[in-house]
Parts: sequence; structure tokens; C-alpha cells
Amino acid sequence: MPSVMKVAVIQFPGSNCDTDCQAALASFDGVKAEIVWHKETSLAGYDAIVLPGGFSYGDYLRCGSIARFSPIMGAVRAAADAGVLVIGICNGFQILCEAGLLPGTLMRNKGLLFRCENLHLRVENNDSPFTSAMTNGQVLEIPIAHGEGSFVADEETLNQLNANNQILVRYCDANGNVSPEANPNGSLENIAGICSHGRNVFGLMPHPERVCDHLLGGTDGRGIFQSMIEAVQKTKAK
Amino acid sequence: MSNPAITPELIAKHGLSPDEYEKVLSILGREPSFEELGVFSVMWSEHCSYKNSRPELRKFPTTGPSVLVKAGEENAGVIDIGDGWAVAFKIESHNHPSAVEPFQGAATGVGGIIRDIFTMGARPVFLMDSLRFGSIEGDSEQAKTNRRLFAGVVAGIAHYGNCIGLPTVAGEVYFDESYSGNPLVNAFCLGILRHEQIARGAAEGVGNPVFYVGAETGRDGLAGAAFASRELTEESKADRPAVQVGDPFREKLLLEACLELLATDAVAGIQDMGAAGLTCSTCETASRGGTGVEIDIQLVPQRAKGQTPYEVLLSESQERMLVIVKKGQEDVVKRIFEKWDLPYAEIGTVTDDGMMRVRNGKDVVVEIPARSLADDGPLYFREAAPFTPPAPLDLSTVPQADPSAVLPKLLSHPSIASKRWVWRQYDHMVRTGTAVLPGSDAAVFIVREANKILAAATDCNAVYCRLDPTVGARIAVAECARNLACSGAVPLGVTDNLNFGNPHKPENFYQLRAAVEGISEGCRAFNVPVTGGNVSLYNESPAGAIDPTPTISMVGRIDEAAHITTQSFKEAGDQIFLIGETGSELGASHYLLAIHGRKEGAPPALDFEKEKAIHAALLGVIRKGLVRSAHDCSEGGLAVTLAESCFGNGLGASIDLGAGDQRPDVVLFNETQGRIVISVKAADVTSLEKELAVTGVPFRKIGEVTAKADLAIKTGANSYSWSVDSLNESFEGAIPSLMEG
Repeated sequence: MPSVMKVAVIQFPGSNCDTDCQAALASFDGVKAEIVWHKETSLAGYDAIVLPGGFSYGDYLRCGSIARFSPIMGAVRAAADAGVLVIGICNGFQILCEAGLLPGTLMRNKGLLFRCENLHLRVENNDSPFTSAMTNGQVLEIPIAHGEGSFVADEETLNQLNANNQILVRYCDANGNVSPEANPNGSLENIAGICSHGRNVFGLMPHPERVCDHLLGGTDGRGIFQSMIEAVQKTKAK
Repeated sequence: MSNPAITPELIAKHGLSPDEYEKVLSILGREPSFEELGVFSVMWSEHCSYKNSRPELRKFPTTGPSVLVKAGEENAGVIDIGDGWAVAFKIESHNHPSAVEPFQGAATGVGGIIRDIFTMGARPVFLMDSLRFGSIEGDSEQAKTNRRLFAGVVAGIAHYGNCIGLPTVAGEVYFDESYSGNPLVNAFCLGILRHEQIARGAAEGVGNPVFYVGAETGRDGLAGAAFASRELTEESKADRPAVQVGDPFREKLLLEACLELLATDAVAGIQDMGAAGLTCSTCETASRGGTGVEIDIQLVPQRAKGQTPYEVLLSESQERMLVIVKKGQEDVVKRIFEKWDLPYAEIGTVTDDGMMRVRNGKDVVVEIPARSLADDGPLYFREAAPFTPPAPLDLSTVPQADPSAVLPKLLSHPSIASKRWVWRQYDHMVRTGTAVLPGSDAAVFIVREANKILAAATDCNAVYCRLDPTVGARIAVAECARNLACSGAVPLGVTDNLNFGNPHKPENFYQLRAAVEGISEGCRAFNVPVTGGNVSLYNESPAGAIDPTPTISMVGRIDEAAHITTQSFKEAGDQIFLIGETGSELGASHYLLAIHGRKEGAPPALDFEKEKAIHAALLGVIRKGLVRSAHDCSEGGLAVTLAESCFGNGLGASIDLGAGDQRPDVVLFNETQGRIVISVKAADVTSLEKELAVTGVPFRKIGEVTAKADLAIKTGANSYSWSVDSLNESFEGAIPSLMEG
């Protein structure tokens, strides 16, 4: 099988979902996922980049605030500027916000406790390389596992995110209702994931890599990776 | 700073008895230095030497064709799981530290057990924990303290496990007054490795360099092992410096660096620095290797300035390892530890004289035969008080409570209620292998790299053990095995954590001895070896000893994914069967305890032959694909089991237990062992009955799963009905409402 997508999974010190992401990606035909150590400085040749979950540098300071200074981040930024797909999951989302590649920031959960559980997400916009394989309004069951996932942004940023359709997924109930009860962490407007203005950088708190296998609670995470594969194929076909 | 003179007071303060000190003198042929006194003190503490429990522990069955590393040989036992893969697993206590500093005490308990596993060369894959606290109900100061301890311990486990990226997939939490002031925190870790990857904690090869890797040594956790071997008192708070501070980030780096190092050919031996820190790791590696080890304190990476050799030797700073490197391969250590930005230092060499020798620059501060420290410690044969088995409960003294009200009460008793509040704080899905979420009978975990499905459970009903320790321990083993069977697994091995009171008190020592007897019987019956574990004695507060708590953790294997079975009913119309028979005993039950306030009577009897036959029969029908759900009966009896099976899928059940004129409270809430509730597709009933009939185990149809979410139970002439939603509210709401108000 020829390689249709070559993915770099960045390993920061303290990353702990790196191999999970690698395994989830490897379950797609033609995807090659490699772990790239954070001290590397080049990401040439990769079609997509994953910033995985974990506790980079222990996250004893604000989550992701040290990882953004890792040597690899220069290459991540350059790739993002060049239109390469970048997805940050959980700690990866926090790092992307800290690095300024995505707007807003992630604060302590309301209730202050770490929460790990299966939740529902509603696909808000499928016009992105991360959601195109799904339909608008589709409800996904994907787990979260974080202590600092409350998305916060100033009003202007929030307006822009809405106006530009950058909010790709929101927390909802099983029926797709975006309600305060369905909000696990106090995120503004139940925001679970946003993309960049250029739409090629995506950060989300839930863990799609954990639901790519029916034996492990479902396959609702596959749509996100499938979308990425299709986007890369389209780009290569051009 | 000069060292204090060795006086009888100083010796007593180090926890050495006059006899033990005499032994020190005869080993050394001279008076010990201050540092040497400290070394003997920690190495001969119960925590390190098992001096009170070792003669008992020898009774455990520890061998078997699948045992690759036996109990006591290394940091953890190793069991073959086929195709060249093996598992290393162990449970260990951190009770005393958690009593004085719950967050760090629990966190470092998790960190310590993880190190024990990767020291073996295994990649840790999941965690469990077994916790005990005093009652968290009510407004008393004690209840507030217990809530604080509970919240702190859970947060500490979450902090360490979540950060290092290991899922906490199962566990148990009980609340009982006997643990007020002395909570129990037992942490379990399992790791996976190839047979050829097993690493040894031996200082092999005279002339090989000895490396210190990991975090710098500080003053935290000074002589923690000795602290753990004393009773807790009002003054124990002053022992906070004996509690270590954990850094899961450092441990994550250390774990990755050590596994990377072990994958090379550079390592001759490796040992974590846990209890008794640098002291224990040097003399144990030397003793195992039949060699000596010489180190220089001045070369040890240190966090604080001006630490004395005594402090460096006895510190229990976390996230440190001792590595014996093959001479000439020092650069491999350098390369890997620099990659991971971790401190490392060559601090000594392996020698041929059998001595643990510690220098402070030019001065020798410790020179003790390593074997005498590690293996020739004192050994005590304690006196066990004679035991009178408890009288069976006289049922006529127990008024009949109304089952309609009892069931929600039992479901909201913190020991039985949902522990979602606990495990929602643990990342229980990282490493993407968790096939059955916490809250079921057993955790089921798919180990991706080995393509194996493992199941694990941890159990101990300490009320049973208080009333009859042998029977209680037998039941703990049987319940673990039963929980594994319910998930579709066959048992592979056991690790135990023996939590008891002061062994100098004969009634406590009897409990220890009897529990070991019960565990041994259980393990022989199920043909599973004990692969290691931990002993925690001196679990006493001013109010007295804890209920004896021999926690059992059992690991099993599931052959095929299709055999994974969970406890929730799946579909309306499915038929419900009870395997096993309900007796008439009520002694030691949670009904008696929670509703009538009585901890008395004889625990339910356990018949290993019947129990084994039931597990085998259940596994047989699971493997034939006939079982849609399976859930065993434990605390709270049959009614609690049925309610729990209704939760999860919005279904109900209509049950007729027959049961003639037996007291309904006995039928619904007694805790007869060896009972499992299963559900089956209506179309499979005939096949199931045929299969089970051949096995000879008692079973009968008791009802069916209903679309209407009510649990309706008929027993004799009495009928009861509950809304499943309201039962679920009692079950799920209890702990959050106590903890969050």
C-alpha cells in the first residue's frame, strides 16, 4: 500500500498520548505515523503534524507554556504557515494556544477536578480539513481527560471565531443539544475545539485517538483522522 | 557538622531493640558509626526486612509453570502470558505517609510501585488501587478529616497517574470507622515485557561502574521506611518530613530513559531507590549479586547544599534509580540521560569483598557486609492469640427491615455506592487499551503491543476478615477469581497487600497468620501463584488497630475479544439466571452493618470446589457466546447485584426468586458466596440450560430484562418494585453529595 499520508507525532518530554495517536493513525490504510522528538528542528516531508496529549514538562506552570519553547516548535510554526495540517489534542491544543497558533486559552475546569469520561460533541462546521468527512450537526461520542480544558477568549476573539466558522466542535448532550449541563469544564459557548483562520490548524480537548476501535468504546474519533487523510489526498492530487 | 554519639537513646530512636543492637555489634565487631546506625535502622525495619512477617510469607504458594520471576527474588514477580510475552505486577502500600500528608503520600505510593515495575524491564501499562478510609458521613470533626484524607488521596493518585500517563482502570474504596486516623492506600501497577527483557536488581561484574540516575537527592522522606514501621500517634504529624514529595514528570522521563537504556546491552543490573533509598538499593544489589558495592556520597547529585552523609544515605527522595553498567558502556548512559535531560552520575563500583562501603570523599562512613543487611536481618516468630470462631448470627435478634427502603440505603452506602466521583478524576483511558471501564467487576485491558487481553480485579472485605481472618482471606481470593470469571478471564497470578495492626499484639499477629493461611488456601485452590506483594503492619491509630485488610489483586487473561463480558443487562427480553444457591446466613453482611449497625456473626462459608466449578461453568458458557452480562453477588447481596446490572443501559428487570417463606431481607441482602447473575438471549436459553446442566452447578432462571426501567422482585409472597432511575440516583449521588455538599 503506497503511503497516502506521512504524519509526525511530536513527542515532548511528558507527552503521554504520543503512541496512542501513532497507533490510531496506523489503523488507517496508507498512513505512516512517526514519533518526532521535540529537540528536532525540521519537519520536512510530513503531510500532517500531531501535537499529542500529556503533561509536557509536567505542566506545573500553565499547561503548554514551556512546550511552546521546544526546539521543534519553530518547525511546527513554519509548517502551519505553509498550510500543513496541524492537530493539537488536549495538551497539544493547550500548546497551540500558548504558541499563538490558535486564539484563546485553556483554564482550570470549573469544579477544579480532573475529569475523564465519555462525552458528546456536535460537529459545528464540516468545512475544514478536520471535519469534512462528517456532517454538520453530527453527534460524536469522544472522551475527555483533562484538568485544564475550559476554553476562554475575549469577546472580540469569540465573535471572530463564530463569524469565521472556526468553532468546529462543541460539547453537547446525546441528542445534540448544546446545553450548560453538557459542558464539562466551563468552556465559553461549550467550545471543545477550534481551527485557525487558515483552517489548517485544529485544537480540541477531547481525544479522538481513544475512539478509533470498536473494542475500546467506539469509532467516533475516526472521522477526524479520515477527514485529514482525504484533505491530504486532495492536496497531493492537485 | 559532627555526628552525635551512639547512646542507648539514639539507638532506641532508630527503632532498634537492645537485642538488635547487640547483633549489629557482633556483625561489625565494633560500635557502628552514626551513618551505619541509620543504615541498620532502615534495613531492619519491618518495611524493608519483613522481620515479623517473613516466616508467615513463606507459606504462600509461589511457584508454577508460568512463573518467570518468583516472589521475593526481585522488585516484582513476572508471569508468562504466552508468545514470548510476560507481565510484571505488584501492589504496595503507602498508608502511613497518606495519613499525615494524603496528596503526596498517595502520589508517591503510585510513583513507587511504577518504579518497581519498570525496574524489571517492563513497560507499565495500567494501575489499580485499593483504598480504605474512616466514615465520611456526618458533620463530626472525624468525618471531616476522613473526607479531607479521601479527597487528598484520590487527588494524589490522579496527579501522579494522569501526569505519567498510566490509566487507573479499577480499584476499590471502603469506608469503615476502623480506618479513621489510619487510611489504607494500596497501589498496584502492571507492566508488560518480552521474556528476554527481564532485568535484574543485582550488582553483577566486579569492576563495573555504579550509576545514580534520576532526580537529585534532597532531605525529603528521611527514613520513611522506619516511619512506616511505627504506629501512628497524635505526634505523627511531626513526621511529615518522612513523607516524600513526588514529581510524576521526572518519573515519566526516568521511565522512558530507563526503558531506552534497558533496550541496549549496557545494563548489568538495575534497582529503584524506594524505601530506604540509596542505602537499600546498594546493599540489595550487592547482596543479590554476591558482590560488594562501594559508592562516594560526594558524587551523588544533590538538591540541597550541606546535606550530611547520613541524610543522603537515608533520604527517600523519589524518582531515582541505581544502575550497574557494563564497564566500557558508560557513554550509553550519558547519551540517553542527556537526551532526557536527567541527572546521572557515576558514584561507585562493584567490588568483590561483599561489603557495602560508603565514602564521603576520602573518609569511609559505612562499611557493612551487604548480605548481613539485606538477608541476615532479625527474624521474629511472634505469638498469635488463640482464636474463637465467631458464633453464627442469631437471626431472631435481627429485626426485619423493609426491603423497599433498604435497597436504596445500601446503594447509597459509601462502600457500595458508585465510585465514579473517584475514577472520573483518574485518566482511565490513556494508552488506549481500556476495554471495560472502571465500575465493572474487573478491569479489562487490551495490551496493544502484545496483542493480549488482560483482566484485573482487587478485593478484600475487611469486615469478614475482622470476624474470621482465614475465611475473610479465602473469600478475598475467591471474589477476585469470580470477578475475573465474570469478565471472561482465567486467573494467572496474585499479588497481595497485607495491612494489619501492630504484630507485637498477639490478636493482630493471629490475624496476619490466619489471613496468610486463607490466601494460601485460595491460591492453591485456584492454582495461581502469589508473585509478590507488600506487608504493612503497625496500622493503628489511638483508637486501635484497623480491621485486618489482606488486599488481593488478581490478574487474568481473556483468550478472545468476543469473551469480554460486562455486568450491565443488554436488551429487553433477555432472560436472567442465577448461578449458585442463596443460603440463609446474614452474618458479617453489609445489610447487618449499614442498616442494623452490627459488625458481627460469622462471614459466609466458602467452598472452593463449588466456587471453582461455578467459575468454570460460567467461563464455559461465556466462551460459547451465550452470556450477555455477568455480575457476581458481593456486598449488599443479590438485590444490589440486580440493581447494578440494571444500571447503564436504561433497562429494568422482573425477577421471581421463589424462596418460599424465607425472610425477604435474608434472601435479598445476604452475602452467600459463589453466586453470579447472568443474562442470556431468549433464543439461547435452551443451549445455556443444556450447557450448564452438564457442569452440575446449581442454576435457575429468575426473571427477565424489561424495557420498563423498574426493578421488580418477588420473593415468596412479597413483591417489591423500585424505579431504576431512583436507585441509580441513590447509587451515583451518594459520594458526590458527601464530598461536594
